[in-house]
Amino acid sequence: MSLIQNVPLFTIVLSLLCAVVCFVGGRKISRYVSAALLCLSAMAQGSLMIYCYVNQLSYTFMMGHYPAPWGNELAIGVTESSMAFLFALVMLLSVLGGISYVNRDVLTDKQELYGAMLCLTHAALMALSYTNDIFTGYVFIEILTISSCALLIAREGGRNLIAAIRYMVFALMGSGLFLIGVILLYSITGHLLFPQLHETIAALWESGEYRMSLTTAMGLMVAGLSIKSGLFPFHFWMPDTYGRATPTSSAILSGTASKGYIFLLIKIIYRVIGIEVFAGSGVQTVLLLFGVAGMVVGSVSAIFSDRLTTMVSYSSAAQIGYIFMGLGMGTQAALVAVIFQILTHALTKPLLFLSSRDLMEASGGRQDFKALRGAGHRSMAAGFAFTVGSLSMVGVPLLAGFIPKLYFATSAVGLGWRTWVVWLALAVSTVLNVLYFLYTVILIWLPSEETHALRSHRWSHAVPTLIFAALNVAVGIFPGAIATLVNQGFSLFCK
Amino acid sequence: MAMFSHLLNNYEAAVAVILFGVGFCMLLFCRNLLKKVLGLDIMDTGTFLLLADRGDIFGRDVPIIVDGVTDFSNYVNPIPAGLVLTGIVVSVSVSAILLALTVRIYETYHTLDIDKLYLMISHRRKGDVE
Repeated sequence: MSLIQNVPLFTIVLSLLCAVVCFVGGRKISRYVSAALLCLSAMAQGSLMIYCYVNQLSYTFMMGHYPAPWGNELAIGVTESSMAFLFALVMLLSVLGGISYVNRDVLTDKQELYGAMLCLTHAALMALSYTNDIFTGYVFIEILTISSCALLIAREGGRNLIAAIRYMVFALMGSGLFLIGVILLYSITGHLLFPQLHETIAALWESGEYRMSLTTAMGLMVAGLSIKSGLFPFHFWMPDTYGRATPTSSAILSGTASKGYIFLLIKIIYRVIGIEVFAGSGVQTVLLLFGVAGMVVGSVSAIFSDRLTTMVSYSSAAQIGYIFMGLGMGTQAALVAVIFQILTHALTKPLLFLSSRDLMEASGGRQDFKALRGAGHRSMAAGFAFTVGSLSMVGVPLLAGFIPKLYFATSAVGLGWRTWVVWLALAVSTVLNVLYFLYTVILIWLPSEETHALRSHRWSHAVPTLIFAALNVAVGIFPGAIATLVNQGFSLFCK
Repeated sequence: MAMFSHLLNNYEAAVAVILFGVGFCMLLFCRNLLKKVLGLDIMDTGTFLLLADRGDIFGRDVPIIVDGVTDFSNYVNPIPAGLVLTGIVVSVSVSAILLALTVRIYETYHTLDIDKLYLMISHRRKGDVE
């Protein structure tokens, strides 16, 4: 057992410690400690991912001295460590890219709390990626909810508070349903660890005992996590929440937090319930239909929105719909597409939020589309970044957004009526995406007569956004490397 | 009729569901923000009652070893009680943050009525530069 295999535990404990240090240390220490933690974590998870890939390793890490089935465990492999790496990297770039806005939006004496909440969010995301125990998953879901809410209310403003309370109510409904599902599952199976739950559920499904309770428990857990990640029709908290928070918070929440819940859902579907039982229960079809509905309704809402960040938030709801459509398809190929969609969205949405704020600042602080005319000329880096992000969302080849759409379309072959639903949904949503994203891209590059005073925009502030854009293009041009990684991860993930 | 006897036999779970329903109705139908928060709290209480009841086995004792009797079949399942404790901590933290938000909303808008709040927000929308 080499030292690098301890990385997940070290990262989680270190994040919790850093949260405390940020809380007591004051503003400067909090900023440096949280940035250093995210940097260290990104490097550590990346090394672990490469180590697991090279050695084709997937292992469980016993917490404490109690073996399964009595103790707690972490499960680590290529898939989990690559998700953790993605989360840490996106959080790091979002924090660095939006730090000037954090300084402006958050009250000076509350900025150390912002750093503490960043560390807690990071701890929760790492734990959700690596956990092998369902109740630990619930606890870290709640930690992630509370720290996300704190990240949202950091920005001063009355409307913000109402958005935050609405977000909390939705999130708590989701956690409550998830907990009831866990309770039902525990009372039927008597286990909390994923491998033991998997065996018992398979045996129960075979024998036909407790069929109704199992289906209810599955439905509740899936419904709970879907509500938290923003599946239609539970996405109405997104525009107010993402639109009014400081861009780092919006980027972290839309890019990583919702993906954390989705990755836990993927783990539960594939490792706890098992794909045959899940397909047989009918929950899969419901996910597919709601996902498709989300894709269309999110895009239509985005077309009719009058503010830039509202538009970007509704497009988040549409992209989450893609993910659930993929989960509803149920094949391994669809799962690869889902992972690519998670990767793409996590790289693109923070890019869009950070550059939206830049464009808004360059237009005198206004977000309506009339004021944004020509904003690209006033802030070149933001305009370029927004263009790359939008084209990726639309699905232009050579950019990252094309890959998951291609994989969704190819993996839908041969699924009966689902094939037509998926292809139709992909076509309609691509056309709708074009309608609002390309319209905005053209709008920001139109020549404008108004001469707002140019903010002295140092290029150093734009570097993280440009790194996001570069990563986006890299994923779009070299998807093969990532596909190999994902496939190898799955051969060890779905036992 | 069999269903009725099932409900009576599992009365703890039935009460837990009723509590959940009461909390949910408070969350949906009360106009006062504070009552909505309390409704969420009651929903959580119902959930924890359901969980705590999962550990109870008829005719067995509290899981504290007395007189050196260590055979597990004399005691109820202690794990759900541990899970409930964790859940209660989570519920308290969440209630704290919701109540803090409610206090801040009252300081900003001077009302806790959800209808009046939405009216105020939609009126401010014209010319909202945030």
